[in-house]
Amino acid sequence: MMAYQEEIKRAASAVPDSAFVAYQPSQQEAEPELPRALSFLEDSWRKLRKNKAAVVTMILLLIITCLAFLAPALSPFDPNEQHLSWKNLPPKWPGVSIDGLNGTTLFRGRRVDSYELAKVPEGQYFLFGTDEFGRDLLSRCLWGTRISLIIAFIAALLDLSIGIAYGLFSGMKGGRTDTIMQRILEILSGIPSLVLVVLMLLIFEPGITSIILAMTISSWIPMARVVRAETLKIKQMEYVQAAKALGASNLKIALSHILPNISGIVIVRAMFSIPSAIFFETFLSFLGVGMRIPNASIGTLLNGGYKVFKLYPYQMFIPAVILCVIMLSFNLFADGLRDVFDPKMKEG
Amino acid sequence: MRLFYMALTLFIIASVTFFLMNALPGTPYNNQDRLTAAQLEMLNKKYGFDQPLFQRYINYLKNLLHGDFGISLQFSDQPVATLLAQRMGPSIQLGLQAVLFGTLVGVFLGVIAAMHQNRFLDVFCSLFAITGRSVPNFVVAVLLQYIFAVTLNWLPIGLWNDGFRSTILPTLALSISPMAESCRFIRTEMVEVLSSDYIELARAKGMGEIRIAFSHGLRNALIPLITVLGPMTVSLMTGSLVVENIFAVPGIGEQFTKSILSNDYYTIMAVTILFSALLVTVIFLTDILYQIIDPRVRVEGAK
Repeated sequence: MMAYQEEIKRAASAVPDSAFVAYQPSQQEAEPELPRALSFLEDSWRKLRKNKAAVVTMILLLIITCLAFLAPALSPFDPNEQHLSWKNLPPKWPGVSIDGLNGTTLFRGRRVDSYELAKVPEGQYFLFGTDEFGRDLLSRCLWGTRISLIIAFIAALLDLSIGIAYGLFSGMKGGRTDTIMQRILEILSGIPSLVLVVLMLLIFEPGITSIILAMTISSWIPMARVVRAETLKIKQMEYVQAAKALGASNLKIALSHILPNISGIVIVRAMFSIPSAIFFETFLSFLGVGMRIPNASIGTLLNGGYKVFKLYPYQMFIPAVILCVIMLSFNLFADGLRDVFDPKMKEG
Repeated sequence: MRLFYMALTLFIIASVTFFLMNALPGTPYNNQDRLTAAQLEMLNKKYGFDQPLFQRYINYLKNLLHGDFGISLQFSDQPVATLLAQRMGPSIQLGLQAVLFGTLVGVFLGVIAAMHQNRFLDVFCSLFAITGRSVPNFVVAVLLQYIFAVTLNWLPIGLWNDGFRSTILPTLALSISPMAESCRFIRTEMVEVLSSDYIELARAKGMGEIRIAFSHGLRNALIPLITVLGPMTVSLMTGSLVVENIFAVPGIGEQFTKSILSNDYYTIMAVTILFSALLVTVIFLTDILYQIIDPRVRVEGAK
């Protein structure tokens, strides 16, 4: 053994130090760079980009959200400002002479320029027309969308937090606690959510907060169920067992091992709960128990438009179209997200 | 065991609604501002509102067991049970028509979509389904009313006095969501079924695609459709509230909206309990039916 090492030393000293030159790889034989590992977000974005409908609706939603949140800066009028002499004016667009967009109405078979009749100064355009109090519908639509979106986003966020907290707790605890918590959910889910929401709204003071609260009370249940089911599944995984063996607390396991792994499903769920919150808000306001007049929301606009839609259909159609576009976009976008995050998930 | 939970659910719902109703602001009487203190006291006595809350709660529950929902405070002192019984007919008729029509059309569209997977017809049907899911049914109702009743004048605008003709528009409006729901569902199921071996065998025997889809494939795809019965009922109930209102149909939904706007305690409670009972029963039946049709569920459940 010793002799062998001596041998090597001798051989090495026979070569002069100057013979050793640092290896300089030429440009061609440089090692091919390994593709960088994609982060969760990058990977999701790659998959999402392939779904055309999802991308289009995402852009559409971004535009709508921007418009809605810039409402204070964009709207040409105060949404509650009344011009009683300018009421029920049809839409008028500068430079467009198609009937329906040129400020004329059909009156006894003839087209009459309503703007002239109402003595609106030249150069004053109401792109979406005005309502029965002479309020500018464009401004009201912008503000209304804003309120509806705010309600939907906050409601979805609350659903998310309560649902996750309940589901995680129930799933992590397991055993008897889990059984009891599931029974509670089962009983709660037997209450038709709409009826519950209406009852809640009757008791709270009307307004944004009470609508959000009323909606949250019933809509966190499906989220809690999904989160619990996933938690139970992931709890069995080996890495969770390993974390447990290493002495991690339940809270730590829940937050740093389980939560990140169910985030995809949770995001998809949340995306679906936004349109349903918008639906509930418009529905309640349409029924007359939601937002109170004169505040504009998509629901109150629809309600107001519905009252006069035989005479002035545009007052109903414009908010209806806005609502449909928003709902459709959210649903299509959420569908796209689901395909990305949770391709195995069955609908329903 | 399930029956016990059903009863418990209903009991809790009844209690919660009772206390919620009593927390409502205002009194249920018309023009309460003009009532003197003495008159208020008399009215309270007449309707039993002078008794302590707990006593009333016990009474209410006792009466409920006998099918007595109390009397309507707004609609000429009728017993709520009678009031609702009169209005049950139109609601049930509309609901059944909507479910039948919606499911039939939805299933048909779903099968067509699955047969033409990823081609034009499929995209068309899927687009239709997602539109049906996204557009609220009250918007559909208003549009239908505007097109067919106001502009074209083909069908009555509302009310319930024209026999079948007056049921067409509300049924159509209500059937949108069952239609979309079943179309989407059947499509997913059918795509799976159509790629299975026994369908391949049928194809190998030279059977026509249409016959394969409808007589072999559909049979297996239909079974899971039962699971959407629950959500379907919910959306029908929700829809009926406002659709009945739009078309002035004298049904439960319209009564409920009226009662809400006039603080009619007992009617609100009765409708709430009725809707909940319906929902709980449907969920229960769905489970039972599913176990009968698909024994695997029972086995998996027992594990």
